[in-house]
Amino acid sequence: MAKPADINPSSPAMEVRTPPKQESPNKLAGPATWVDERIGLAKLLGNIRKVFPDHWSFLLGEIALYSFVILLLTGVFLTIWFKPSMTEVEYTGTYELMRGIPMSEAFASTLNLSFDIRGGLLVRQIHHWAAMLFVAAMTAHMLRVFFTGAFRKPRELNWIIGVGLFSMALVEGFAGYSLPDDLLSGTGLRFVDGLVRSIPLIGTWVEFFAFGGEFPGSLIIPRLYMVHILLIPGLLLGLISAHMALLIYHKHTQWPGPGRTQRNIQGYPFFPIYVAKAGGFFFIVFAVAILMGAFMQINPVWIFGPYNPAQVTAGSQPDWYMGFVEGAIRITPNWEWHLWGTTWSWNIFLPGVGLMGLLFTALAVYPFIEAWITGDTSEHHLLDRPRNAPVRTGLGVAGMAAYGMFWLAGGNDILATQFHVSLNAVTYFMRVAVFVVPVLAFIVTKRICLSLQRSDVERVLHGSETGVIVRSPDGGYSEAHRPISPGEAYSLTRHPQPEALVPNGKQVGRLRGRLSRWYAQGQVPKPTAAQIAAAADHAAVGTEHDAAALDSGDSGETH
Amino acid sequence: MSTDIERTPSEHSDLAAPDSPVPDPGVEEHAPRFTDVDERAAERAYRQIVGMLAAVPILVIGFLVAYFAVPRDAELMLFGANLKMQNTLLGLTAGLAALLIGVAAIQWARVLMSDEEIVGERHGAASPPEARERVLADLETGIEATTIRRRKLLGSGMAGALGLMALPAVVSLADLGPWPTAAERAKTIETTLWAEGVHLVNDVTYRRLKADELEVGQLVNAEPENLQKLEGTAYQQAKAKAAIIIVRMDPNAIRIPESRKDWQVNGILCYSKICTHVGCPISLWEQQTHHLLCPCHQSTFDLGNSGLVVFGPAARALPQLPITTDADGYLVARSDFTVPVGPSFFERDSSKDFQEGDR
Repeated sequence: MAKPADINPSSPAMEVRTPPKQESPNKLAGPATWVDERIGLAKLLGNIRKVFPDHWSFLLGEIALYSFVILLLTGVFLTIWFKPSMTEVEYTGTYELMRGIPMSEAFASTLNLSFDIRGGLLVRQIHHWAAMLFVAAMTAHMLRVFFTGAFRKPRELNWIIGVGLFSMALVEGFAGYSLPDDLLSGTGLRFVDGLVRSIPLIGTWVEFFAFGGEFPGSLIIPRLYMVHILLIPGLLLGLISAHMALLIYHKHTQWPGPGRTQRNIQGYPFFPIYVAKAGGFFFIVFAVAILMGAFMQINPVWIFGPYNPAQVTAGSQPDWYMGFVEGAIRITPNWEWHLWGTTWSWNIFLPGVGLMGLLFTALAVYPFIEAWITGDTSEHHLLDRPRNAPVRTGLGVAGMAAYGMFWLAGGNDILATQFHVSLNAVTYFMRVAVFVVPVLAFIVTKRICLSLQRSDVERVLHGSETGVIVRSPDGGYSEAHRPISPGEAYSLTRHPQPEALVPNGKQVGRLRGRLSRWYAQGQVPKPTAAQIAAAADHAAVGTEHDAAALDSGDSGETH
Repeated sequence: MSTDIERTPSEHSDLAAPDSPVPDPGVEEHAPRFTDVDERAAERAYRQIVGMLAAVPILVIGFLVAYFAVPRDAELMLFGANLKMQNTLLGLTAGLAALLIGVAAIQWARVLMSDEEIVGERHGAASPPEARERVLADLETGIEATTIRRRKLLGSGMAGALGLMALPAVVSLADLGPWPTAAERAKTIETTLWAEGVHLVNDVTYRRLKADELEVGQLVNAEPENLQKLEGTAYQQAKAKAAIIIVRMDPNAIRIPESRKDWQVNGILCYSKICTHVGCPISLWEQQTHHLLCPCHQSTFDLGNSGLVVFGPAARALPQLPITTDADGYLVARSDFTVPVGPSFFERDSSKDFQEGDR
């Protein structure tokens, strides 16, 4: 083998100007410096070791976020083939049963996506399942935030943004399932036509403006398409960004525990732990959506057929998240007013527009109402255990119960046929249940919360049950208790117990005083340091006694 | 570093401060994991994670095979359900691949990355007072520079002009749809295809219906014969209002008011199929009770009693179509509906519609 000729290192021909040697051993330093010199990357990123606390309930919002990303990805795929047009065409695709049937281009292109585009059905089903997941995760996340008091100062505005996201998600979902123009979605649109028509004063105008004339017209699907793929996703994207920005600014709340205070945050660094955990979780959520799309059929529009305004199927129902409105529409009595030659359709307006308005308004103002009742103006970064805020927890469960009753009423026909009861009886029952069940739920929940508070006190004073039954020398049986760790004792006793405001005529009026008393009363007092010490003494004596008894087997001595 | 929470004026500052009878024992001691103390356990975890990632390429190849090699119409029986094979295989491979990536990343974070909890400081949401004062001062300087305080019309003029610009934007939407004026309503939601002499035809076959072909208890979904001349949007809009149901009941078992004596033919009555609640097509017929139930919201109408509401959220009776027979015995309409079909609307007082007790 020929050796390469030696090169004289001092040869001027070989002189190269080398850049100054990098100080940092980090391979990323080069490109990072390049970017930083142009956009100030280091300042932009801030602290990538930002602390995130760990708790399963913090994943719920993440599921919602990831579902949104999945919806964007799959939605882009669907727009490539979907045609938002109500122009009538004759179906010529591969689905035999529909060949030759006149239908809208929207429906025909949905069939095309489902039968002729490879992977089209899968993506359609992932999209629909992800939409369900999106709303479900948002709902669960909202309940988590509510029950733990995470909406309190300084996070009230972020809570309101969340309520906005929630309300828009419902409209977005509705717009989405109206697009295929199948029998079910057309029935839903017809319901909306009746709903907007019921708005007092301007109903007919809203109807004509929305549909471009009489129902169904030829414009509603192109318009809803714009709403579904541009307007609301844009708003959602903006609000989600604001939601996340505020989350980062406020930092995450954390559960109370040893070492955790209002002034610190304890957990794992964003990089690398949460990059891996959250990134991995995105893939898991995506995987679940894909597997649902693969194995669980959803919205088989080819079974429903194209929209026909003279047809409807029994058991027609909207997607689950509109079920509460559907239920309210079903059980509201047929109230109609006739004033000065006009008709006021309360039977549709109240349960439809009214109930949704009430839900979103009540959610949006709750943080301010609670703060007004408790007079609490301080910042909160430690979460409440739901039991330690019995009235709030009770109100939340009452709200869930009302929602659940309305939701069940949305399936009153299914309940009647499945349980072989009279449809009319179910409807009458639900009319009462939507008012009574929430009250019962409130009372029961509050009692459960107070019992749990009591059991916390027990646990702090007497420790945890060991399951070891000890027979005392004089023949009595008792269970030995083991004292709990100082950390647990701290976690169980650190919560503040708000006191009722005293009416003083000026700032605190009679109503506020009364509400404040209602909010604060009944709480089980936390054990005092003295009580804990006394209980510990007693336990120590008892343990000595038990130990002595066990050791000696002697039954003569008594204390 | 001090925190702003301490400085935030609060009438209930005790809420922010820990108020526990038990002293805070401080951050719990870190307990090492298996993989921290046992090098072999860490090695195993490492192999597991890499194994999961190594399975991803296999699944991706499976996806490609399913995409290109599996015929589109192949079916797959699974747990008694008939699945489209390609759809299922594409989802299965892609879903498992995504799942493995996710599980691998999380497992990596859980067992191999350092799990030392760290504690960060938290600051109040509010800006420091000096920052607030600075912004207020800057604002003041800025406002002063605009001379708006001396020349007040600048402010109100700009606000008014900006506000007024909303008007062109809003007015541009006035063509969203036709205005539902009285004349427009009379042409659209207050009228249907029905008119004197229009034949009632089966809604699928468009065959004319003979009065003596109908049996007592029978229900027929029907449309006006002139519907088939329309197509596209006009067809759908007309169908959404004109759809009817024809029922034949025993004339002695039902109540026919004086004013509607000649709206029917030997107990054959004809009603709008469009629910007066929110407009669903009604179709659930209870032969024995003569009740018609709407499957959407369960409004129930008594067809043996002029379509009055007997249950549910609908407020108005179902409009009845006056019918008769032509010279050959086929059913024809005597006129359009006497009241608009479908849900009530604001501009029309529906209290004059047929009610219990009317004759």
